Amino acid sequence: MNGLPVLSILILLPVAGAAVVPFLRGRDAVRWFTLLVLLADFLLAVWILAAFDPASAAMQFREARIWVPALNMGYRLGIDGISVWFVLLTTLLGWICVLASWRAIAERVKEFMTCLLAIQAMMVGVFCALDLVLFYVLWEVMLVPMYLIIGIWGGGNRIYAAFKFFLYTLAGSLLFLVGLLALYFAGGRTFDMLALMAAEYPFRLQVWVFLAFLVAFAVKVPMVPVHTWLPDAHVQAPTAGSIILAGVLLKMGAYGFLRFSLPMLPDASQYLAPLMITLSAAAIVYGGLLALAQNDIKKLIAYSSVSHMGFVTLGLFTFEVNGMSGAVIQMFNHGISTGALFLFVGLIYERTHSREIAAYGGMIKAVPVFGILFAAFLLASMAVPGTNGFIGEILVLAGTFGVSGWAGTAGVLGALIGAAYLLGLYRQMLLGPVKVPEGSVMQDLRHRELACAAPLLLFVFWFGLYPKPFLSILQPSLDHLMTQIVPTGTAQ
Amino acid sequence: MEFLLSIRPLLAIAVSLAAAGLILCLHQRPNLRDAVSVAAAVLKFLIVISMAPLVLAGGTLELSLFEILPGVDFAFRADALGMVFATVSSLLWIFAALYSIGYMRSLNEHAQTRFFAAFAVSLSAAVGGAFAANLFTLVIFYEVLSLVTYPLVYHKEDSESWAGSRRYAVYLIGASKSFLLAALALTYQLAGSLDFLPQGLLAGSGAEGWLLSAVYLCYLAGFAKAAVMPFHAWLPAAMVAPTPVSALLHAVAVVKMGVFCMLRVIFHVIGVDLMGSLGLGIATAYLVSFTIVMASVYALTRDDLKARLAYSTVSQLSYIILGAVLLTPMAAIGGITHIAAHAFSKITLFFCAGSIYCASHRRNISDLSGIGRRLPWTMAAFFIGSLGMIGIPPSGGFVSKWYLVLGSAGGQEMVFLTVLLASALLNAAYFLPVTYTAFFEAEKPGTPGLVAMQDVREIPMVAVPLLITALLSLALGLNPGFFVELAQLVMRGAGL
Repeated sequence: MNGLPVLSILILLPVAGAAVVPFLRGRDAVRWFTLLVLLADFLLAVWILAAFDPASAAMQFREARIWVPALNMGYRLGIDGISVWFVLLTTLLGWICVLASWRAIAERVKEFMTCLLAIQAMMVGVFCALDLVLFYVLWEVMLVPMYLIIGIWGGGNRIYAAFKFFLYTLAGSLLFLVGLLALYFAGGRTFDMLALMAAEYPFRLQVWVFLAFLVAFAVKVPMVPVHTWLPDAHVQAPTAGSIILAGVLLKMGAYGFLRFSLPMLPDASQYLAPLMITLSAAAIVYGGLLALAQNDIKKLIAYSSVSHMGFVTLGLFTFEVNGMSGAVIQMFNHGISTGALFLFVGLIYERTHSREIAAYGGMIKAVPVFGILFAAFLLASMAVPGTNGFIGEILVLAGTFGVSGWAGTAGVLGALIGAAYLLGLYRQMLLGPVKVPEGSVMQDLRHRELACAAPLLLFVFWFGLYPKPFLSILQPSLDHLMTQIVPTGTAQ
Repeated sequence: MEFLLSIRPLLAIAVSLAAAGLILCLHQRPNLRDAVSVAAAVLKFLIVISMAPLVLAGGTLELSLFEILPGVDFAFRADALGMVFATVSSLLWIFAALYSIGYMRSLNEHAQTRFFAAFAVSLSAAVGGAFAANLFTLVIFYEVLSLVTYPLVYHKEDSESWAGSRRYAVYLIGASKSFLLAALALTYQLAGSLDFLPQGLLAGSGAEGWLLSAVYLCYLAGFAKAAVMPFHAWLPAAMVAPTPVSALLHAVAVVKMGVFCMLRVIFHVIGVDLMGSLGLGIATAYLVSFTIVMASVYALTRDDLKARLAYSTVSQLSYIILGAVLLTPMAAIGGITHIAAHAFSKITLFFCAGSIYCASHRRNISDLSGIGRRLPWTMAAFFIGSLGMIGIPPSGGFVSKWYLVLGSAGGQEMVFLTVLLASALLNAAYFLPVTYTAFFEAEKPGTPGLVAMQDVREIPMVAVPLLITALLSLALGLNPGFFVELAQLVMRGAGL
């Protein structure tokens, strides 16, 4: 496409920005500069979406440069109808994070913004990578800025949370590396993901590699029982950290299933689908029950993520078109609505310095605009018809009911529990007699904060009522994926 | 059948939505704000009724905006069944708007702007549901109605309304998040579409009987607004709302939305054939018969006037469903006509309860001794409303119950005829004593906290609308042609 390496530009723009940041003077200059760089990156992503050919299932905007010829390792980029949306989501949340940290981060602003720029480059890189080593390197290195964001700008128990986050994901990543090398040797000694997808692997190898990948991806999603790092990380992370964590990093795990497990290991995926469906159903219900029991706003939303991401893995392993497209739209939706919820919790926290749900009451009287927008995102999160969440949920459930009645029932139960804790949260905090923690300065949303919420709100209703653009770009790639996951016949 | 592409269904929905915006903008000018409510109500009714000639001629007005999911559009269709619901709710909004102004002002209620805005959006949701062309569109409006009536139920913001609104939300949202969600997902999976079809969307799906029965039961439980026992407890709880809300929303728009959704499911999703062959019709008939009788028994024991009316509503809603599930043309005509008949009578009764409360701050029937001499117009209207509930001519209730009785007598199960007659007696037993107490018992000495009886007098702004609705309920009995014709059209479409 006119020869310009747009994906490289998309990845390198924040890197270049990060290189300039140390030379700027003044905190505001750093903030404005980062904002502009990430906005430019977002606009580029929008342009890519506009230029994307929706009829094609092939990888588009491809770039390939051989890096280490002896190992057939390369700098290979490309996006399809699935990853293009995650590139958009990542770049959208990027500049929102800058705005959300405008006043919340007052110390070491330069370092913070550098971290934001770096992590954005890496995240976009992961979604664009078509080379296994490139993917793995970015996937790993991404941990570092996130570790720093939690460990330096986090809350009181930040070091513990940062370590826990790092250790969990690192442990998973090591198994990912083992599985990846196994594929390299079995798949014709190449790291080209497209070639690896086309290759066929013996069943036993598939199962072992699948299990290795499962650990890595399950930690990221996170699936029960390896979810325990998430609440700690969310509670301690600054707002921007939570938004990135919930909005993008959790998607990496599900994206891993989509890019690796399903197309490369189709027999093992089919064989182990009952396990995956069971784990997903458990995550949906158990995550929901945990959320129901929380008295900390951030923990509640963190556990709700476990539950909502359970719908994603559930949909993916139905091997059914409704379920899978529901899963992908649910991934995107979760990024939007949970990102927004963490943003809003951050806005409250800035004003009151308390995360205890019981410390609040009747806030809608003091901050009506905040209250109404918060309600909109909560409703999106609990998947009320007309919001984006409902589209994902209904598709996943329709797909699931076609495969497993009890898993569908578990999904419905999870949706019911979701309504209970989200509405309970709203009722406690926003309605009833007015009650705010001592020393709070209640002020309604500022223009900067509205600017963060507006695009997210747009997506909530756009995808809730008119998801067709999303689905039509997604469909060819998903259809292609469906042909890849037809078992090769080596299953026993 | 004539199809006309028309924007009118959308306009009818948009009018009250736009009005809600205006109402919010005009919060500092109460007179203008309240005028907007009334004007929007009149305009909305005119738009709805302008579609009637075409629908009565057997046509439909349709508008498809865009595709939501493959096989599911965001689409509207004004057909005969939708017209029944839309006409009733938009016509009664006019009187409810006038009544609300009198009610809210005479009690000096707080947050009136929020009240009127939420009220207007509720009407958009109700008419949106009436004109929804498929389950997805219907459910969007169904949920909007649940959400937007929540602040109305919670209006007083005291501990009683806190508890009531909680129960309201738990029941309605809980039922829709569990059963309705499952029903929708299963329907989409089975049929690949969510459209209403005249013979039933699932009629040709070829799915097994137990699965279809499960889907149907999920709808029955999920549309908890229909208040079929055991999913009825939200309705008495919602009585903590100001009376105009109880009158228009919890006797007309919200509850009829639930019943309307069930009629859609019975006729246009499951289909008459499957309802009959799977035995779902008869099973539902027993369930709603139980509701009809039990709710009346509950009503009999309630001294709080609004609570008695609420249980009466639970009972009467099941009449409508009973009419549909008997699957005979006469019964179904009775059921559909009862949507209108019950609405006109019950709104009158609630208006009267509100009028009594405004004038005297009395809520219990036992405190109403002799109040008929102070509030003659109100209590006369109450009597007329009671006639409709019992089904005595010339009220509209007589016409619909007449069809219901004919329909159930034509069927094989005489038990439903017995239920209808027993319920009529029960209705008489809990409504007529109110009138008797009001007119024929001697005034009791004043109770502390209540307005002394000699100071009780009619509030014109409140009394006029309730007289009009009382007269309308009689007019409906004398000339039910409009709704009966629409009901016949629904039957013809469903193949009965």
